[in-house]
Amino acid sequence: MADLRTNLAGIESPNPFWLASAPPTNSGYQVQRAFEAGWGGAVWKTLGDPILNVSSRFAAVSFNGQRVAGFNNIELITDRPLEVNLQEIYETKKRFPNHTVVASLMVEPQQEKWHEIVKRVEEVGVDGLELNFGCPHGMAERGMGSASGQVPELVEKQTYWVKEAAQTPVIVKLTPNITDITATAEAAARGGADAISMINTINSLAGVDLDSWNTIPHVGGKGAHGGYCGPAVKPIALNMVGECARSPRINVPISGMGGVSNWQNAVEFMLMGASNVQVCTAAMHHGFRIVEDMIDGLNNYLDEKGIASVQDIIGKSVPKYSDWGNLDLNYKIVARINNDVCINCNKCHIACEDTSHQCIDMLKDDQGNSYLEVREEDCVGCNLCSIVCPVDGAIDMVEVESEHPPMTWNDRQAAIGSLQNPSADPIK
Amino acid sequence: MGNSEKLHISLTELPKNFQEVHPALSDREAVEEANRCLYCYDAPCIQACPTGIDIPTFIKKIASGNIKGSAKTIMTANPVGASCARVCPTEELCEGACVLNHSTKPIMIGDLQRYATDWAIKNDQVLFQKGQSNGKSVAIVGGGPAGLSAARELSLLGYDVTIFEASPTAGGLNTYGIVSFRLPQKISYWEVDQVKSLDVKIRTNTAVGKDVSADELLNSFDHVVLAAGMGRVPDLGIDGEDLDGVYDAIEFVKDTKTKPLSNRLVGKNVVVIGAGNTAIDGATCSVRLGAGNVKILYRRTQEEMSAYDFEYEFAKQDGVEFRWLTQPIKIHGDENGRVKAIECIKMELGEPGADGRRRPVPVEGSNFILPVDAVIKAIGQTRHQSLIDLFRLEHIDGVVQISEDYRTSNPKVFACGDITFGKGKSEAMVVTAAQQGKKAAYAIHSHYMEETVTA
Ligand SMILES: Cc1cc2nc3c(=O)[nH]c(=O)nc-3n(C[C@H](O)[C@H](O)[C@H](O)COP(=O)(O)OP(=O)(O)OC[C@H]3O[C@@H](n4cnc5c(N)ncnc54)[C@H](O)[C@@H]3O)c2cc1C
Ligand SMILES: Cc1cc2nc3c(=O)[nH]c(=O)nc-3n(C[C@H](O)[C@H](O)[C@H](O)COP(=O)(O)O)c2cc1C
Ligand code: SF4
Ligand code: SF4
Ligand code: SF4
Repeated sequence: MADLRTNLAGIESPNPFWLASAPPTNSGYQVQRAFEAGWGGAVWKTLGDPILNVSSRFAAVSFNGQRVAGFNNIELITDRPLEVNLQEIYETKKRFPNHTVVASLMVEPQQEKWHEIVKRVEEVGVDGLELNFGCPHGMAERGMGSASGQVPELVEKQTYWVKEAAQTPVIVKLTPNITDITATAEAAARGGADAISMINTINSLAGVDLDSWNTIPHVGGKGAHGGYCGPAVKPIALNMVGECARSPRINVPISGMGGVSNWQNAVEFMLMGASNVQVCTAAMHHGFRIVEDMIDGLNNYLDEKGIASVQDIIGKSVPKYSDWGNLDLNYKIVARINNDVCINCNKCHIACEDTSHQCIDMLKDDQGNSYLEVREEDCVGCNLCSIVCPVDGAIDMVEVESEHPPMTWNDRQAAIGSLQNPSADPIK
Repeated sequence: MGNSEKLHISLTELPKNFQEVHPALSDREAVEEANRCLYCYDAPCIQACPTGIDIPTFIKKIASGNIKGSAKTIMTANPVGASCARVCPTEELCEGACVLNHSTKPIMIGDLQRYATDWAIKNDQVLFQKGQSNGKSVAIVGGGPAGLSAARELSLLGYDVTIFEASPTAGGLNTYGIVSFRLPQKISYWEVDQVKSLDVKIRTNTAVGKDVSADELLNSFDHVVLAAGMGRVPDLGIDGEDLDGVYDAIEFVKDTKTKPLSNRLVGKNVVVIGAGNTAIDGATCSVRLGAGNVKILYRRTQEEMSAYDFEYEFAKQDGVEFRWLTQPIKIHGDENGRVKAIECIKMELGEPGADGRRRPVPVEGSNFILPVDAVIKAIGQTRHQSLIDLFRLEHIDGVVQISEDYRTSNPKVFACGDITFGKGKSEAMVVTAAQQGKKAAYAIHSHYMEETVTA
């Protein structure tokens, strides 16, 4: 049994699985049920001046019959009075002292407002604070959430104010609705954040009804943009975590989220530099019980790899994540088709023929049986055929020996620069 | 057309015919099917599994790539879960209850269960560890599904467990009785090994009542669990039963699982008497041994037969013919004492009997003779009456009587599995035997806990 305990900037937790600040953490009843099911921590539904929510709040995107490939919401922060939430946080922490409770906060960008709320939530015994600079709808129109989260100066200043008052570690939750997330991550670090978390939801519109022409979702015939999350956003989130993790200017731990649905996703986020993960959509789709497999699967994975503690995997893939300019231009892979496994759907052929490099030939053998062959000299190793191939093991992407030593774009530019004759091409 | 043509039965390489017929799911099939499961809450499929396997959880674990966890979820609830994946009548149990019966088509729960347990078998996984010893000892008579299941649970709870097994290997009918093309022996062996790995002692080739006495067990163990199943097939009570070529279906199947396959039935005419699952197994084994024609004779109709629908279908696919309302009255032999024909009489259904089924009565003068080379008897199983008497237990016609908590009339002795299975239309099942084994173990443990609290 591997050690699953985690530590995010001093916030300890029995395991890396936290519920993200969202409907699953709306009340003490829910968070306590979640802890009973095994969740290591919970970030309480964002506290602030209670707001009003609309009816009809969520919509999901199905993909080829699979429900909830992506999830869209127009819900705001908590709509329950602060006193009630504080009381329930206190009771929850008392009942589950070893589980982590983090308070998510959002107030207007004023120093005394931040000081006041920090003081009040710390009084009831939270283990840490998460500043919600990410909510993309509703709150942003009032100058909060992603409105302040998109402006590095505001992120820095508000983090600073919070740090003036906070006794517990401060996590700054970032919005993905920005060109370069490292800019706001750095601002948070400059402001004194102990950790950063990402991603909040991405601006989105789930769909439009073909008959009523209403947006999906709509509130009495009117719609507004919402926030997107769930499995579909995982690659976006993973990149943002990776970018922050590898930035030499950001030296605070990361809590990763966005599409984490199972233990495998959690391992990916942690390898990419997250110290733990947060989950919302998967819990909303299946209930708190999914954490049992997350814990069990992670544990079996670590045991099988002979890794004693989950903390040992944090960031292990970060050194492998770099800039395009550092990739070896002379590394070469080609597609190879295993005709004994191939079921002859010809999808690889047409994908390559129409949209890649026209190098998969459809041939016939002596007996007149169809088979496919890659002209390796023309294959650029793009992976497209193996992506569209429906059969595991029918197409292998294999490394072929390069005629040239490794050479990156950056090496190449440097070499060109140092040569007198700028037209020489060292690759050829 | 002979059976062999229909089925691609090899007449020269018989072992091929006994390889598992139902193909395993490929990785992709398993993942696709697992992702189709809705992961219902309070799922009806769980209720429908006699051992209460947490089906949505084990399927979710296949979807997430946690196959070891999946196998463990299965085997925790059902110590013979790998066998059950293959032999359970899933249409009547879990799959019959799947909510998707009402919208698309049910999840292939049995196949997914096989996928996960096959993985554990292939990867040599040991899934459980013995519990902290509590100093109490239990003797288990019989190492079939019921005995193994009781042993596993008791060992996890810390008991020192010894299984006494008459056969050379444990596993009961899973090892010896259920045809290899549905349940290969290696599956049953793995389950036995899982139990052994918990320090359960299995004394094979040790028949209680013969090699060791009942009193010895009663004196040297704190508790005894009687899980000896049922016996051989009873006699038909007609002339010619001792002729060469008359077989007990269970012995007949057992031979195909334990001895080199014989070609004595190649091209021969075979009749099987009875219409339960054992009869189907006898018939389909005969087909695979190369028999030219196989008929099942049953004195009632298809309505009353106790074989499952899928078993019946399977036999028909194998080219087995059914002769309803047909009762054998005499087996005729040749000068060498070999079976050469069977004489039967036609029946018709009369008034319902004690079990509610209409009683077959002979139609006067309808006798006819079928030329046959072999007769396989499959009309049920006898009971272990003498063994039960050795333990001085109350029983009705050899069915050990137990209380709700699996206690027999001797408070030291618990019983589970087929030895407690009463008569009726339904068939005994591996999965119920396994569940009863668990329950008997929990009953022993709760008595122990009560004693330690009051002491
Ligand atoms: C041919 C056949 C096909 C079947 N097919 C299916 C099927 O497809 N699906 C299904 O669910 N069920 C099937 N069953 C039923 C199923 O096999 C039984 O219900 C199940 O095996 C009962 O388990 P058990 O442990 O009670 O008994 P058994 O499996 O009979 O095990 C009893 C064990 O006790 C041992 N024993 C007996 N006497 C003594 C003694 N005196 N001392 C020591 N050991 C002793 C025996 O050797 C045996 O190993 C089938 C049964 C038969 C006969
Ligand atoms: C309905 C809904 C409400 C949410 N409310 C909040 C919130 O109040 N505060 C916050 O910081 N994030 C909120 N989020 C964002 C989640 O905490 C999380 O960042 C996002 O959903 C990505 O994770 P996921 O892909 O696991 O869902 C909300 C998400 C959803 C779906
Ligand atoms: S999930 Fe519950 S609150 Fe939401 S619409 Fe359905 S019944 Fe109403
Ligand atoms: S896509 Fe895959 S299966 Fe289809 S033809 Fe190509 S190699 Fe064969
Ligand atoms: S009832 Fe069917 S769909 Fe629901 S959990 Fe069980 S197997 Fe899955």
